[in-house]
Amino acid sequence: MSDITSLTLTELVKNIKDKKISSEETTKAFIDRGEKSRDLNTYITEDFSNALEKAKSFDQKPNFDLKLPGVPMAVKDLFCTKDVKTTAGSKILNNFIPPYESTVTQNIWNEGAILLGKLNCDEFAMGSSNETSFFGNVQSPVDKGLVPGGSSGGSASALAANLTPITIGTDTGGSIRQPASFTGTVGLKPTYGSCSRYGIVAFASSLDQAGPMSKDVKDCALLQEIISTYDEKDSTSIDFKRNEYSKELTNNIKGKKIGIPKEYRVDEMPKEIEDLWTKGIEYAKDCGAEIVDISLPHTNYALPAYYIVAPAEASSNLARYDGVKYGFRSRGENLIDMYEKTRSEGFGSEVQRRIMIGTYVLSSGYYDAYYLKAQKVRKLIKNDFDEAYKKVDAILTPSTPSAAFKIGEKNNDPVSMYLNDIFTVPVNLAGLPAISIPAGVDVKGYPLGLQIIGKAFDEQNILNIAYAMEEKIQFKNKITDWWIK
Amino acid sequence: MTKDNSEYLIERRDNIYEVVIGLEVHAQVTSNSKLFSSSSTTFGAEPNTQVSLVDAAFPGMLPVINEYCVKQAIKTGIGLRAQINKRSVFDRKNYFYADLPQGYQISQFKYPIVGEGIVILDMEHGQKEVGIERLHLEQDAGKSIHDMDPQNTLVDLNRSGVALMEIVSKPDMRTPDEVSAYVKKLRSIMRYLGTCDGNMQEGSLRADVNISVRIKGSDKLGTRCEIKNVNSIKFMQMAIDYEANRQVDLIEEGKTIDQETRLFDTKKNETRSMRSKEDAHDYRYFPDPDLLPLEVTDEFIEKLKADIPELPDDKKKRFIDEFKVSAYEATILVSDIDTAKYFEEVVAKMGKNRDMKLAVNWITGELFAVLNNKNLEITQSPISAKNLAKLINLIKNGTISGKIAKTIFELMMDGDIDPQIIVEEKGLKQESDPKALEALIDKIINDNREKAIEYKNGKEKLFGFFVGQAMKASSGKANPQLINEILKKKL
Repeated sequence: MSDITSLTLTELVKNIKDKKISSEETTKAFIDRGEKSRDLNTYITEDFSNALEKAKSFDQKPNFDLKLPGVPMAVKDLFCTKDVKTTAGSKILNNFIPPYESTVTQNIWNEGAILLGKLNCDEFAMGSSNETSFFGNVQSPVDKGLVPGGSSGGSASALAANLTPITIGTDTGGSIRQPASFTGTVGLKPTYGSCSRYGIVAFASSLDQAGPMSKDVKDCALLQEIISTYDEKDSTSIDFKRNEYSKELTNNIKGKKIGIPKEYRVDEMPKEIEDLWTKGIEYAKDCGAEIVDISLPHTNYALPAYYIVAPAEASSNLARYDGVKYGFRSRGENLIDMYEKTRSEGFGSEVQRRIMIGTYVLSSGYYDAYYLKAQKVRKLIKNDFDEAYKKVDAILTPSTPSAAFKIGEKNNDPVSMYLNDIFTVPVNLAGLPAISIPAGVDVKGYPLGLQIIGKAFDEQNILNIAYAMEEKIQFKNKITDWWIK
Repeated sequence: MTKDNSEYLIERRDNIYEVVIGLEVHAQVTSNSKLFSSSSTTFGAEPNTQVSLVDAAFPGMLPVINEYCVKQAIKTGIGLRAQINKRSVFDRKNYFYADLPQGYQISQFKYPIVGEGIVILDMEHGQKEVGIERLHLEQDAGKSIHDMDPQNTLVDLNRSGVALMEIVSKPDMRTPDEVSAYVKKLRSIMRYLGTCDGNMQEGSLRADVNISVRIKGSDKLGTRCEIKNVNSIKFMQMAIDYEANRQVDLIEEGKTIDQETRLFDTKKNETRSMRSKEDAHDYRYFPDPDLLPLEVTDEFIEKLKADIPELPDDKKKRFIDEFKVSAYEATILVSDIDTAKYFEEVVAKMGKNRDMKLAVNWITGELFAVLNNKNLEITQSPISAKNLAKLINLIKNGTISGKIAKTIFELMMDGDIDPQIIVEEKGLKQESDPKALEALIDKIINDNREKAIEYKNGKEKLFGFFVGQAMKASSGKANPQLINEILKKKL
């Protein structure tokens, strides 16, 4: 058998169920590799010894009916995990140990999985390069000095580097799909309301969605069917009929109509992205899909609208980190002084920037001009998709406007950093599901992803399309373990 | 300053001012659990023992609306004869404070659950209508305790997240008496509905009072000041009195009134500035993205309507029609739901030959006096409605006199004793046998011949003397009516 850590989830589960490998062996393999890979800075919190204990006890009384029998995995540090430190990548939660478990992670443990640790991310998921984390930037395994994308950068990096067989991230404006694209992995942002937000540190409540990240589409489908449940504890959770995505997965997409939105051909789009898209269209055709040119006329307004709505909600969501109840507190002369010092020292500069933007756009006299207008734009963008879906079953676009960039390259240019989300953000604004699959490489050999956007609640369809295209694309991630001495 | 029943005017030199008052009442919803969490709402628990992770705003915790609180708000809206909005929206009101764990209060700003309604006040000078602007649901904050530790402020989150109804009136009140009547009427309606216990000592009911003054006859509203968080009717009246005069004095001095939020200092009996309009918080209201708009169906509302009990105004009307009590008496009887219940039970137990006048008088007279003295609610009355009805019937059927009844009433209080038993045990039955009374009177006339002659000669005042003697001789048990008749005959 090849190295345990390089197996897909599906292969791993099969091996465990066939008793070819134990949970303990598996867990140990990922821990060993994790320990050798600390230079990638993927973990904020390693929970290795507990993981090993859990694996041993699983092996003593194995339950092979579960979907993730004794499978170890690490998760983004935005998910609250009971008795395990949860930081959201921020100093302000550096000492926070939740006495509760998020619904999404609970669903995973209920299927027999074992927590390896908590993965690095941009602070409060605000970033596209994993450089805003209080715990330092994450190194992409793709190449030295390269960002893994963000905000689920630790998740993407750990997955691509075989430190975890599968993982979960959160996606507010592209935070699953963009790092998946940058690291040659698969990432799904489900329909808003598909996965419970209970126990996930909130960034922008009306946009946040948890989702699976995996090495291939089949694993992605399996994890999605585990994490997506209706949850009464989240008022925005939607009670719709959820498929058994992995069981119902098919590569037969003959006759599916796939839309190509002309507005996504942005100015100065690098030729390699253009080529990737064209190639993607050919793959889709090869799979028997029908290509339809469509228009999403308000696409241009998505990014500005997003950068009003998301910071507005964030400015309010992050008000609770005030030093009073939990987390970091700085001493002050009085209450206001304590607030100011705690929040100035506890939050990093990107978070502070967004809190200020959000506070500004909600303030009296500006609310109508910014927040309300952005909400109107949001409605228009949703209408664009609704119109398009009268003609097509799914939409194909590039995941990102470029391949991964160098650490530090965009640090002083937040707008250029924000532009990274240009293809992913409209999906969040419209609450739709979208998947990014690796589809090629740029001139330097860095992975590039294609995005398939679906109708609301139509995860099965985009998984099927991704599955079919994946077969044609035959992408191989060339990761050389350069960081292991 | 002029004060009569219907007017509250402030006179300065040649000017007569009237006072315009509107109230924002914060009423705690009667509910076992909080508005967005399942924590208990019991009053007086140890600090921070009724706090869920949601109430303490832990990361990733989400609010889930308590349907019962929504029902309570709608019922209250129905009680206020108000528009029920089928779609309402929860907003976040953002501000920082130590006892506000989320950093925002979830409230309803643009789209409240209840719209315009009306409350009818029974004033001495007649009825007065006060408009309701809106009613919305919101969370209460926790409590900051500044005086338990010399260095630190302590925070108790038991109240954090408790459901409140904010009931906003139109600026329709003109006198402190109307404000008192309004608060009492609101409280009465909510207690009838079981939607708020109205307990002001426990903070279940408190109000922000908006006050402005203007020259009487003007139809323009003056600049108003808001007096925050006044927690008794007496303080509301005192605050209005102080604040109205303060504003009038400013105008008379040629100064302007600043729109501001003020506090009422109950020790100094004055209001003082808390923050001016310029310093007013920018609450940055926006729809709470954690909660979907609240939508209710006609069916849902109709079902609640069907559950609404008879409310004070209707009950009053029925008492007048059915029991022939006066409007004044009816107002007193219905003002508190438990008094009304007690009254109706007395009426029911009195049976066919009931005497409403006696019932009303005994309840509002003797019984209220006792309850007042002992500081008891009518639900804790030492005499049950059943036994009071028996007592009234004993008077009505001539078994005892009204005077003896008062003695019996005192005795009944020692464990809600059946008055019939007291009458029998103590032999307090009224003497109504004419023959026995005639013999008794004959003896008195015999013993007091001279006085009898004086009476016959025109000294009519002496009649009372003979009555007194007869009552004394019978230890108060003689039927006074018969005594009168026999005396008249014999003298």
